[in-house]
Amino acid sequence: MKFQSYRAGAFFDEMFGENDTPRAIAKTLVNIIQSLPDGELLRRQQSAERTLLQLGITFNVYGDSAGTEKIFPFDLLPRIVSAAEWTWIERGLKQRITALNLFINDIYHDQKIIKDKVVPEEIIRSAKSFREQCVGLTPPLGIWCHICGTDLVRHRDGQIYVLEDNLRCPSGVSYVIENRQVMKRTFPQVFEASRIRPVGEYPSRLRDMLESLASPDVETPRVVVLTPGTYNSAYFEHSFLAQQMGVELVEGRDLVVSDGFVWMRTTKGFERVDVIYRRIDDDFIDPKAFRPDSALGVAGLMEAYKAGHVALANAPGTGVADDKVVYAYVPKIVKYYLNQEIIIPNVPTYVCADPKEQEYVLEHLDELVVKAANESGGYGMLVGPHATKELRAEFATRVRANPRNYIAQPTLSLSQVPTIVDGHFEGRHVDLRPYILYGKSIFVLPGGLTRVALKKGSLVVNSSQGGGSKDTWVLSDDPDAVHESAVVAEPAVTTGAMQS
Amino acid sequence: MLSRVAESIYWMSRYIERAENVARFIDVNLNLMLDLPVGSTQQWLPLVDTAGDHEEFTRRYGSDTPQDVIQFLTFDADNPNSILSCLRAARENARSVREIISSEMWEQLNKFYLIVTSAVTKPAVLADPHEFFSAVKMSSHLFVGVTEGTMTHGEGWNFIRLGRVLERADKTSRILDVKYFILLPTVAHVGTTFDDLQWAAVLRSASAFEMYRKTHGRIHPRRVVEFLLLNAEFPRAIHFCLTASRECTHAISGTPVGLFRNPAEQLLAQLCAELAYAQVDDIVESGLHEYLDGLQANMNQVSAHVAETFFDARMAPPVARKRKEINP
Repeated sequence: MKFQSYRAGAFFDEMFGENDTPRAIAKTLVNIIQSLPDGELLRRQQSAERTLLQLGITFNVYGDSAGTEKIFPFDLLPRIVSAAEWTWIERGLKQRITALNLFINDIYHDQKIIKDKVVPEEIIRSAKSFREQCVGLTPPLGIWCHICGTDLVRHRDGQIYVLEDNLRCPSGVSYVIENRQVMKRTFPQVFEASRIRPVGEYPSRLRDMLESLASPDVETPRVVVLTPGTYNSAYFEHSFLAQQMGVELVEGRDLVVSDGFVWMRTTKGFERVDVIYRRIDDDFIDPKAFRPDSALGVAGLMEAYKAGHVALANAPGTGVADDKVVYAYVPKIVKYYLNQEIIIPNVPTYVCADPKEQEYVLEHLDELVVKAANESGGYGMLVGPHATKELRAEFATRVRANPRNYIAQPTLSLSQVPTIVDGHFEGRHVDLRPYILYGKSIFVLPGGLTRVALKKGSLVVNSSQGGGSKDTWVLSDDPDAVHESAVVAEPAVTTGAMQS
Repeated sequence: MLSRVAESIYWMSRYIERAENVARFIDVNLNLMLDLPVGSTQQWLPLVDTAGDHEEFTRRYGSDTPQDVIQFLTFDADNPNSILSCLRAARENARSVREIISSEMWEQLNKFYLIVTSAVTKPAVLADPHEFFSAVKMSSHLFVGVTEGTMTHGEGWNFIRLGRVLERADKTSRILDVKYFILLPTVAHVGTTFDDLQWAAVLRSASAFEMYRKTHGRIHPRRVVEFLLLNAEFPRAIHFCLTASRECTHAISGTPVGLFRNPAEQLLAQLCAELAYAQVDDIVESGLHEYLDGLQANMNQVSAHVAETFFDARMAPPVARKRKEINP
């Protein structure tokens, strides 16, 4: 398999630049692949897939009773990010999470940003993820969002945008670590020849961060990961992280709140729990405080949390900044709290709650991507140019009925990476989700989950919708003349949405 | 260790051991049938008895051809003790404790699971059953070996071992019971080649043939019973298994051997003492079947005690020690 017949086409290609010549960052890899004997790359791809199957690296698909467990498809060709571009991304992500945390804290305390009319009160009041129960609370270290996975995309013009902030329970980091393991097994000589930053330290960093949240009088804090159970789509990740951190993976039924503290049931009696990395949504963590019908949570957990007897990551209430309508205001939020211009721009966003913008959205449904404010995983989404007339009409009705719940964005031409399809290379669209940890300091994992839409022309990269993944290589130093791809320019796509 | 985790890890281990035993029963029987004199009836139903599901089998299948029995015991998803069901259950349990077991153990169990599930749709498996059942047995052995070599020999490991040896003791007692019951009436065969073959098969069902030969040489029914029931050194003998179970419960609870702190330890100590001093002649003369029946009831009781001691959190939640006030 060779690149001779590969054409980048009309899209931004992460591996090939002008005239289909390899970018400087990809030269080493392209040379090695070109020098492989015929069939060798395909053989390695199959060997990588076999490894993933044997490792049982799978995810569960909701609503699919036949085989609920699937292998997350993996493609051998990585996405490569230059050191210069990564430095810029890292700065942008740190800025964003700092501002978002200040925002959440403000929303649950003085609401200055509302009083100063930067964010409309109505949007916060109507946000499903706003938690009345958290008003006035200050979480450990004063930080609400400790673990964040931010989705980045690159448009045809080369500019990188933030597509979504995932502040609740972002998943996928386990695939980043496992994908790297598989890549090192199948492609050792590439790792010898390139300087690729490692990603294996994530579990230690996560554990350190979680321990730092424990009440200061606990000498050796007990950290646990709280999972909804084996039927959750991200169960593999929950157990993977618990194992790699060397902490217990617990379900709600393993925990009990007594005398204001949280305990877990063990073979030798009850033991105290100090920090919970919970992978259960706010709604379900405590039937006493939130949904009373939840069987996944722990009754009384919020009381123990409020008393400072247990730390929760992320803090309950964090989701308010994950609302897709709030997303539209992030550039203003950054400006308001940090007095800085936003480093990585937002994708221009139309807020349907605004009558003018709603009108625009309804008139341009065939060009736009419409998203429900509180959905994730690619559900509740309309990709206008690829949708049927009927589906567009259905979304128009939905938007009119509940404008607060919808936003719209121009359909981006996501950048592509060569991908092995039926024994040859074809460009497939990708996004990138880096992972950020925020404890006493902010850590951005050098890499991230590159999700790839395996269907030709598709822009939906979610694993539940037929997406796969690639390894992401962040170079520790750049070959000469790499700066071509480190775009730090003004966003090329603009809209009235944010200027209104 | 979390009670839920201990329970899952224990059952994971039991199911793997169960699958291995079923595979061995079938494999041995397939071999034995090839040696039978032409015209004699094939004996497949005893296998169903050994797995303890006779009623279920006759209700659902009606006939008892070798193919039916093998299908029922191997790939029948509705038979909770089929090899397929055991592997599913073992893997489900392992999935819920994946962070406790080593990655290598998970990987091995996953390979094991794929061997069995991918065989379901391959008719070739029943054409060359020996290869398949050997693979099942070997996968189980590999799992045990990987467990020995990659997992800390601490609490979790002791629950794994406990599950394995209790399951094994139960299966050995069933082999002995069923085979003894069936083989004894064939007085006409006593001392014939056929008789020898049958008793050799009993031993092989417990992978005990070669080790028996080294200990006793000639095959004699009472010596076979003695070997499988009372031997303290053969790893599939009931006495050996119960002694190992006893060690595990003590390692888990931290109670010195010789004392007991829970009903499981108490009952295991009684059973071990009994097996250590029993005479095979006394047992056979007073009725092996009755003896094994009583032993099985006691072993079930041990399992129940293990569950209530370690898996059910019946204790009341604690009251916190006084700590200085912390502002949230």
